[in-house]
Amino acid sequence: MKKIRSANIAGSTGADPQELARARAAAREKIGRYVVPFVILAIAIFLWDRIVVWNDIPHYILPRPGLVAKTLVTDWAILSESLVNTLKITFGALAVATIGGAGLAILFTQSKWIEISLFPFAVILQVTPVIAIAPLIFIYVDSTAVALLICAWIVAFFPILSNTTLGLNSADHNLHDLFRLYGANRWQVLWRLLLPAAMPYFLGGLKIAGGLALIGAIVAEFTAGSAGSGSGLAFRILEAGYRLNIPRMFAALILISATGIVIFMSLSLLSHLMLRKWHESATRRER
Amino acid sequence: MPSEPTREAITGLAETPVGTNASRPVVTLHNVGKTFSNGTVALDDLNLAVRAGEFVSLLGPSGCGKSTALKIIAGLGNPSTGGIDWPSEQVASDHRHDISFVFQEPTLMPWATVFGNVHLPLRLKGISKAAARTDVEKALTNVGLEGFADAYPRELSGGMKMRVSIARALVTRPSLLLMDEPFAALDEINRFKLNNDILSLWQSLGWTVIFVTHSVFESVYLSNRIIVMAARPGRVYREIEIDAPYPRDEEFRTSARYAEYCREVSHALQEAMKVDSGTAQ
Repeated sequence: MKKIRSANIAGSTGADPQELARARAAAREKIGRYVVPFVILAIAIFLWDRIVVWNDIPHYILPRPGLVAKTLVTDWAILSESLVNTLKITFGALAVATIGGAGLAILFTQSKWIEISLFPFAVILQVTPVIAIAPLIFIYVDSTAVALLICAWIVAFFPILSNTTLGLNSADHNLHDLFRLYGANRWQVLWRLLLPAAMPYFLGGLKIAGGLALIGAIVAEFTAGSAGSGSGLAFRILEAGYRLNIPRMFAALILISATGIVIFMSLSLLSHLMLRKWHESATRRER
Repeated sequence: MPSEPTREAITGLAETPVGTNASRPVVTLHNVGKTFSNGTVALDDLNLAVRAGEFVSLLGPSGCGKSTALKIIAGLGNPSTGGIDWPSEQVASDHRHDISFVFQEPTLMPWATVFGNVHLPLRLKGISKAAARTDVEKALTNVGLEGFADAYPRELSGGMKMRVSIARALVTRPSLLLMDEPFAALDEINRFKLNNDILSLWQSLGWTVIFVTHSVFESVYLSNRIIVMAARPGRVYREIEIDAPYPRDEEFRTSARYAEYCREVSHALQEAMKVDSGTAQ
């Protein structure tokens, strides 16, 4: 720590113009990282608006962004209800995937035979497109909510399972020996060695699973929606499509994207907070 | 600390743990052999008796089975043939409680602070953080790391990490310390410093140390006795007593006697390696 601090001081006294220029460039990049994407987004929306106006495109083909925003407000009562439904399925599936994926991974490390027996099923579930399984699930499961949850879970749980399994197996061999030497029991090895070692991998899996849970929920809703039940955002898109209510389709789409972004950012933050003290991925390096 | 190098201090027998019989060996290996499942004979007919309070180095080329021998002594591997005796141990049921192991790498848990890492052996025995605090702090003071309890391993230099590893080994107050090339990855300055620290800890705490190394200079500087090993299959080639008084310091390191011992050990090692290449093909 002391070494890092003294290096810092040397940098800030600024004897070296090259270092100063580098520091300025770094500061510019830091601000630019947040500002530039918004500027580009604003330009894109402006161009979208102009293209609609210049080409005289009717709103039932491509609405102007202003109209989409207006629809978001006027249809908020319907859209927000659907948003809540989609969120319920997404987070429910993510929670079950987290518990199930991590739990199964822990079970795998406790017994090779359980891993050998069950892992192929996990792979089969993962490689079979959920949209192909969904109709069957809707036939066998009476409750739509439960069926949606199952579909979203199937998509979300695999990255957590495989990442956590990898993490649990990646604990330092010498540390394993050390735990053995000091007479640690199974539970202590799991709690004090395997789980902390697996944490970065698990969090990486969770970040992927968060996005996939949303995708799973939406795909399942499309399947359920076409069967005539369900009221999530995907169903709103289908319904609005039948009615040529294109602005509402866009509004629902924006809500789905925003949900995905918020999920990703929250999980990234969670990962940063959990790892910042010790893991290389979360620590800033001074050069 | 011994003030004057007596005959006992020379052989290291003066600094024995209270209650153990100095003349009796702590651990004896009888005709120990180890053959791995792929057919590699790592050890063949290894005989070794380590007396209480001794500082013994196992010196040899890579592949001579010195690390394997250390793991077998630690109970981390079983010998294929032969056996191990713990004659002076009252805890015949589980001698492991009395052993500490220092690996070549610091082998710290990156997610735990220095305190948490040193606390680990005690925690695994169910001793809480509060109850272990004095012991952990004492161990950290012993290795010169007071004030670093809350640091994370990644914030420390290589030498400091190794010190944490040593603190973790001594927090259980072991009577036998096994070290597997602990300083091989360090620069020479840090290595010399840690050599001195280990020697003074050994003298003040009354350990028995089995030290694996491939450095002739390190083994001569530290040990009462050097076991020179030959490879393929791993076996004892020669035993050399280093008859020089402790405490040893930089003066010893630059003395003619030290140089002489280094030459003798070096020759023995060369011969051991010749024998090895002669039989291997």
